[in-house]
Amino acid sequence: MNQENKHRFTGATRYVLDDELAGIVNISIALQMPLLLKGEPGTGKTMLAHAIAESLQMPFIVLNVKSSMKLIDALYQYDTLTRLNDSRFGDSNRDVSNIEEYIKMGKIGQSFTSEERTVLLIDEIDKADTDFQDDMLDVLDQMEFDIIEIDKTIRATHRPVIIITSNAKKDLSDPFLGRCNFHHIAFPDPKMMRKIINVHFPEIDSDLMENAVDTFYKLREIDSVEKRPATRELINWIRALHADPDFKPKRLVKGEVPFLGVLFKKSQDYERAGQVISRKRLF
Amino acid sequence: MFIDFFYKLKDAGIPVNPTAFLTLQKALSRGLISSIDDFYTASRSILIKSERYFDRFDQVFAHHFEGAELPDFETVELSDMAKVLLEQWLKDPETVSRLLGVDESALTKLTPEQLIDYFKERLKEQTGEHHGGSKWIGTGGTSPVGHSGYHPGGMRVGGVSRNKSAVKVAMERRYRDYSLSGPLTQSQIGEALKRLRCMIPVGPKDNVNIDATIYQTMKNAGEIEIVFDRRLKDRLKVILAIDNGGWSMDPYIPVVQTLFDYARAQFKDLKTFFFHNAIYDNIWEDPSRYRKPLKVDELIRFDPQTRFILVGDASMAPYELMATDGSIHIEERSTRPGIERLKFVAGTFPHSVWLNPVPSRIWGYTRTIVAISQIFPMFELSLDGLEKAVHRLMAKE
Repeated sequence: MNQENKHRFTGATRYVLDDELAGIVNISIALQMPLLLKGEPGTGKTMLAHAIAESLQMPFIVLNVKSSMKLIDALYQYDTLTRLNDSRFGDSNRDVSNIEEYIKMGKIGQSFTSEERTVLLIDEIDKADTDFQDDMLDVLDQMEFDIIEIDKTIRATHRPVIIITSNAKKDLSDPFLGRCNFHHIAFPDPKMMRKIINVHFPEIDSDLMENAVDTFYKLREIDSVEKRPATRELINWIRALHADPDFKPKRLVKGEVPFLGVLFKKSQDYERAGQVISRKRLF
Repeated sequence: MFIDFFYKLKDAGIPVNPTAFLTLQKALSRGLISSIDDFYTASRSILIKSERYFDRFDQVFAHHFEGAELPDFETVELSDMAKVLLEQWLKDPETVSRLLGVDESALTKLTPEQLIDYFKERLKEQTGEHHGGSKWIGTGGTSPVGHSGYHPGGMRVGGVSRNKSAVKVAMERRYRDYSLSGPLTQSQIGEALKRLRCMIPVGPKDNVNIDATIYQTMKNAGEIEIVFDRRLKDRLKVILAIDNGGWSMDPYIPVVQTLFDYARAQFKDLKTFFFHNAIYDNIWEDPSRYRKPLKVDELIRFDPQTRFILVGDASMAPYELMATDGSIHIEERSTRPGIERLKFVAGTFPHSVWLNPVPSRIWGYTRTIVAISQIFPMFELSLDGLEKAVHRLMAKE
């Protein structure tokens, strides 16, 4: 129990944690199960993993999943070309007959072989084919994998804390889900949002914050927008407002929205938002 | 422990599995869960694997554990409910009074405060009845206050909960929005069409083929011989034929538009054609179906490996499909019935599908849909349907 208490997640300097999410993170750590996070883009899924690593003071390893990725790339790499080169020219001090010297660990491999417990973030797993998820099941379940070339099994010295994020509206495969805990990060309410802004801009003028958050939630309500602005956009937007010396918070109250492009990034959305704003200046 | 709860979730149609339940037991036995709040978060994160079921989970949870927190409803929630009822009353006094079984004019004489008190009284009675086993006012969708509610939590009441107990949180039904199946967005379509790919080597030889390199080097007695290959590129040919005519397709324009936009951005080799209802002698390259006709017979010049995707509601008068001169456009005099043209297309392109924006459960009521679905494999234009269609398109004969 003491051991577990040491690994309790309570939040980090740049991340505002709600109790519910903290509970889920802690239970996943305790049960040693991967935690699958879903939610609108820009609601802090990746940030959460950073925060966990920071607060537990564990090394942080990120596996950015790419569409063409095979699982083996995430586990290890056998550098055949270097070996071929060495065997031909023999000008390195590697032992060519020892294949192990040409095995490089991938991100999952690194987290398994690390001296201390690590936080492993598998970011945007939905980008890869379903094969990738299916192959990963066993690895995460058994916490081990084989290096075929040298017939060696790599076993995790410390089970890493695994956070998996997915943007997809589509569900991942059932057997995969069965091995994860799941949480959907809902969009923060205005109260929570103010806390988040405060964490990012401790010096912020309260007038600016109130008006910005207010306007932001109104903008989010514009219908038929494909990508609604999320926390990330709001933070960038406030940064932009902050940087503009001519800007006065009062202008927001009047219904002016400068730097609209920071909030709406799809051209149709941008136009739509622009129309709505100009039509009813005062909301 | 909580086996009842588990089966209730299952009965509510949430896919829960025993392994996850055992994990939950593990968490319980290791003392990780010490309160009902913990239990709420833990059981949801362990048992429920998609936000689409969060709402239903909330409802079941509130239903199952409401006994413990019952006194609360009557004080806090009740006044909230009365407020909602009042709002509703202001909007539409007739319905409300009919539902409460009182005379509208009698209520109009009361002051707002009296009215609220009156509503509270009524609600209390109703609560009593509810727990006695019968139903809430107006279940089944007619009530102004309730929706689908088989317990008070089913009611979306305004206001903020004072003390956030798990049951309260569950009752807020924060995840309602996720449970509705929203319209198809471009990213969702992308998700579904991702698999529609046909990798063909093109371009300069700039990829090292390791296996061949090692083999050639060994053959060369260790003298390095690096073998390069061309990169793999997606060279799938796609023809998209869209039914853009008539009012019957009007409701589906946004979803077809999204599909079209995505397809145009995604596929290098995409041809789009337009038709109305069924295919006759010509299909058109321009949406107005006027300037650039293409004789259907000429489709035979295209690569038969082309994926042919038709999008349309396949709903028309039977003669438009079956008669020799079936087109409803006076200037379009066809020589063969639409159904034969469609069969010709299906024969020319073995990889073809028909995407139908009409929900599949009502296909059976339209004769032409049935007829066309016998020619083309037909799929609903939804996330599921798209996925199945892609699967079909990429299947090897």
